[in-house]
Amino acid sequence: MEKTFIFDRPDPCNAFIKICENITYGEGPLSGIPVGIKDNISTAGIETTCGSEILKGYIPPYNAHVITLLKSAGAAIVGKTNMDEFGMGTTTESSIFGPTKNPVDPTRAPGGSSGGSAAAVGSGLVRMALGTDTGGSVRCPASFCGIVGMKPTYGRVSRYGLIAYANSMEQIGPMAANVRDCALLYSVIAGYDPRDGTSIDKPAPAPVTPVIAGKKIGVPAEYFGEGVDPAVAETVTQAIEKLADLGAEIVPCTMPSMKYALASYYVTSMSEASSNLGRYDGVRYGTAPEMVQPWHEAFSAIRRAGFGEEVRRRILLGSFALSAGYQGKYYAKAQAARRMVRDDFARLFAEVDIIAGPTMPTVAFRLGEAADPLSMYLADILTVPANLAGIPAISVPCGEAHSLPVGLQLMGRHFAEDEILLPPLHTRRDQHDRHHRP
Amino acid sequence: MVSEEDVAHIAVISDVGVDASELKLFTGQFNAIFEYFDILDSVEGGTGEPVGQTNIFREDVVVQSLSQEEVLRNSTDPEDGFIRAPRVI
Repeated sequence: MEKTFIFDRPDPCNAFIKICENITYGEGPLSGIPVGIKDNISTAGIETTCGSEILKGYIPPYNAHVITLLKSAGAAIVGKTNMDEFGMGTTTESSIFGPTKNPVDPTRAPGGSSGGSAAAVGSGLVRMALGTDTGGSVRCPASFCGIVGMKPTYGRVSRYGLIAYANSMEQIGPMAANVRDCALLYSVIAGYDPRDGTSIDKPAPAPVTPVIAGKKIGVPAEYFGEGVDPAVAETVTQAIEKLADLGAEIVPCTMPSMKYALASYYVTSMSEASSNLGRYDGVRYGTAPEMVQPWHEAFSAIRRAGFGEEVRRRILLGSFALSAGYQGKYYAKAQAARRMVRDDFARLFAEVDIIAGPTMPTVAFRLGEAADPLSMYLADILTVPANLAGIPAISVPCGEAHSLPVGLQLMGRHFAEDEILLPPLHTRRDQHDRHHRP
Repeated sequence: MVSEEDVAHIAVISDVGVDASELKLFTGQFNAIFEYFDILDSVEGGTGEPVGQTNIFREDVVVQSLSQEEVLRNSTDPEDGFIRAPRVI
């Protein structure tokens, strides 16, 4: 029997773009649990904008597969969460709905691009939320907001109804205040869907029974190299030592392909974006173009007005990387580098069960601190390898640096989500106590 | 080295409007970004045809889909069941 739910809590972090009215829920493993949904996941009858002017007013006529699964599990979908426009960012500041604030420190960004989902969970507005992760967009905000966020194996969660940015890498992922809730949400959204051509028909994930003792944990030197804040590295090193105390064997290792990973990721994702975002012309949805203008002029005007600067920058860079004379230099080389990253992981996973390192090289940025585009791209260096290889990766809170949360990133073999869903080594409650201590 | 003319040309073929004031900004940023991407020059391989890819075919299966009304709901001012687009000629 369906029940109703009213969600009228204040949202000082601007985590939500839209709060649903007339929220209903049914029976199931998530019965009555409030869940926030990133605004690039289609929700039938509920405006879905990707944080972009160009999709303002767009009301999807169908649900994403994950939404159908959540509803079947009884979840109470309370609203759509803020995000960097089309998922292209690391701070959740490029949304047309304004920046989201970090609930741990409102002068800081929550990370991105799923910053609204992370802030909604981190501020206690919802118990769980869905984000999407193309190059770290679930794990980065999880790390910055002191919550848990996982990018599942590519193909594990259906992308049907996820508005595409870079199809070959993105996955919908669960976000929650603790690993148990993250695992519960994951268990509901994972599974085969024939409407996603890359969905893989594997048995449903087994119940999570984290075992640390006896596990071999690889620690690549590159994850603690140049650009990683020493205070963050120290916190993560201590967390890995705790895993050793719990019986894990720590195996120092190297990942030489890391030097190519970021360039490979950005060339690939921008190239895919330049193609995917070609569909936004205002004809079938969004603001209508000027009908009497010539075709190209009308579309250029619509896209100039409807896309923000970062989105247009990535479309242009992607078009450039795919254009005649440059395709071999950039896109083809990026695919060869992607293969090297995948091969590096395969080599390491023959020796170890889990690979560990920091999720992000720094703690949360100050709001408005975002530097030039290349500097912002460099912040993704530790998260993009998992997307290039398609392996699952999770960020769990493991302590603090500069009095801000630090995430420990654990990466596993394809489809071994159950092996990386390990409890956090430092809970948000501890952080809360520290920040609110008299 | 990317020139302002290159960026303007890509903007035209991508149907992405770029203002004159943005052209200089984007050109400078693109040069810094492509300079970083040049690390890919040292990757071996990647110059030949893609390998290991095969087409996988299946029989077409007709399933229920969205109605015409649902598909057109987000289009501004559809006409006689058709969407309207700017003139091509």
